[in-house]
Amino acid sequence: MIKRHLPFATVAVIALVAAPLLLEPFRLGLLAKYLCYAIVALGIGLAWGQGGMLTLGQGVFFGLGGYSMAMYLKLNEAGPGGLPDFMVWSGVEKLPALWAPFASPVFAVGMAVLGPVLLAVLLGTLVFRQRVRGAYFAILTQALAAAMVILLVGQQGLTGGTNGMTNFFELFGQDLADDSTQRGLYLVVASVLGILYLATRQLVHSRYGRLLVAVRDGEDRVRFLGYDPALVKTVTFAASAGMAGLAGALFVPVVGIISPALLGVVPSLELVVAVAVGGRHALAGAVLGAVVMGYAKTAFSEQFADGWLYLQGALFILVMTLAPKGIVGVVGRLRRARTT
Amino acid sequence: MLELRDVQVVFDGFRALDGVNLTVPEGELRFLIGPNGAGKTTLIDVITGLTKPAGGSVRFGGLDLVGRKEHQIVRLGVGRTFQTSVVFEELTVIENLDLAATFRQPLWSLARRRRGISEAVEQALTRTGLEDLAERSAGVLSHGQRQWLEIGMLLAQRPKLLLLDEPVAGMSKDERERTGELLTEIADDHTVIVVEHDMEFLRRHASTVTVLHEGKVLVEGSIDQVSADPRVQEVYLGRRKAEDAVGNRP
Repeated sequence: MIKRHLPFATVAVIALVAAPLLLEPFRLGLLAKYLCYAIVALGIGLAWGQGGMLTLGQGVFFGLGGYSMAMYLKLNEAGPGGLPDFMVWSGVEKLPALWAPFASPVFAVGMAVLGPVLLAVLLGTLVFRQRVRGAYFAILTQALAAAMVILLVGQQGLTGGTNGMTNFFELFGQDLADDSTQRGLYLVVASVLGILYLATRQLVHSRYGRLLVAVRDGEDRVRFLGYDPALVKTVTFAASAGMAGLAGALFVPVVGIISPALLGVVPSLELVVAVAVGGRHALAGAVLGAVVMGYAKTAFSEQFADGWLYLQGALFILVMTLAPKGIVGVVGRLRRARTT
Repeated sequence: MLELRDVQVVFDGFRALDGVNLTVPEGELRFLIGPNGAGKTTLIDVITGLTKPAGGSVRFGGLDLVGRKEHQIVRLGVGRTFQTSVVFEELTVIENLDLAATFRQPLWSLARRRRGISEAVEQALTRTGLEDLAERSAGVLSHGQRQWLEIGMLLAQRPKLLLLDEPVAGMSKDERERTGELLTEIADDHTVIVVEHDMEFLRRHASTVTVLHEGKVLVEGSIDQVSADPRVQEVYLGRRKAEDAVGNRP
């Protein structure tokens, strides 16, 4: 029992105690950003690694969460009756009706999760019932990400267009530029990731997790066991969408911006690559992949700005051909080799 | 219990089933035979909802099955196996059986871990004789063991009607024998329909046989009646050599 929880406990102590003490605020902020991505990756690990649904459009859900949060922050800054800065610049004179409820932080945070979940349920119900799967599902989700970007860019006055939304100064009365606020945010992000990780792990080890693997490996057979695979997939996809939405909502105050460039096709793909590199069949692999690839991207881009894209592509090919189970798979193999 | 009336299935102009009538009373062990392409598997597919008939009715326990989804038909108590067994290789034998047994539970209740072994799983395990392999992953099972696991999964669901599609195909002699025993045992308290090619197996275990030919029921009766029928000899037994050369279903 203790042995099983030891790796998680160690990582939790490092993340919650050591990192805030040792890292300078800038690096801690970066880590918080990677952990936000790790939450999305966890959802991808669940949907893809366990459920076989290759979702190339998690950016959509991440974006819905991010924009919900950003709308609240913007309205909070503008004050009662005020307009967000970008609306003033675009010549909008009256607050759009869509925006009004986001003045409530409860509504905004609720929608950050519920919006993605509802969209995923709608999409899943339409798509999985028609038995759309495999590459077709992947392409569909990718198209959704592309469409989302077009929609956001086109609605300049409503969404801030290409620039998105930025210049957030305050969250629940705390100054966002303050180091202690950022440290607090980091702890929130790390805790949310930890809780979601434990919950997802519980789910994967439960009967539902077995059912999900069965759906991945033999959807038709599962149907003849009396289960509705479309329902199982929809629920799982919705859970992963909810995680991405929550991650988006946390991302905005941590990083200070949300824009179409952060949630389109490329960022969605990058996360899938990260999950593959970490090891998609293990939840820890998904989380690890997101953090490692996040760090690698920062470190690499600081040295050679354009080289990262090629390195990332090469890494993906390398992992897929040589170590399909990712970093976690390689570590597992080394450990087994040492014991035998 | 199961009643098919004038069932028609057309694939791209080809009449796979051309007005099949079939009645299987409760508790019967019925064998379904016929040359390749006679429509045996198609018939099973129609009963289980995989193929939609172009005409006719399929009634089970007084309910119309046509138009229901596969998983809904399973929930009414109709279970099936496939020619090529599909067990979940990444799950253990126990987990496979448990997954089958919990199909009536609401989805949310599955979010808990399995604790111990339920009675239905225990029984299925004993009946199929897979106790020693319970904790092994299904991926390591032999072909015969996989078929037994499939049958065990069916049993764990406690269905009223079992449809087995060529359960002994590709099995060794010993495995056939064990499967035959298992089948006789199951037939004691279930209604079972078996699609089977193997004549020796039929002679040993069959009671009532329905012969399908070109999408129609040709003859129905005991194995002796059926094999003595000249029409059956002509379309099926007489052509057996040629068929064996051609191989299994197209």
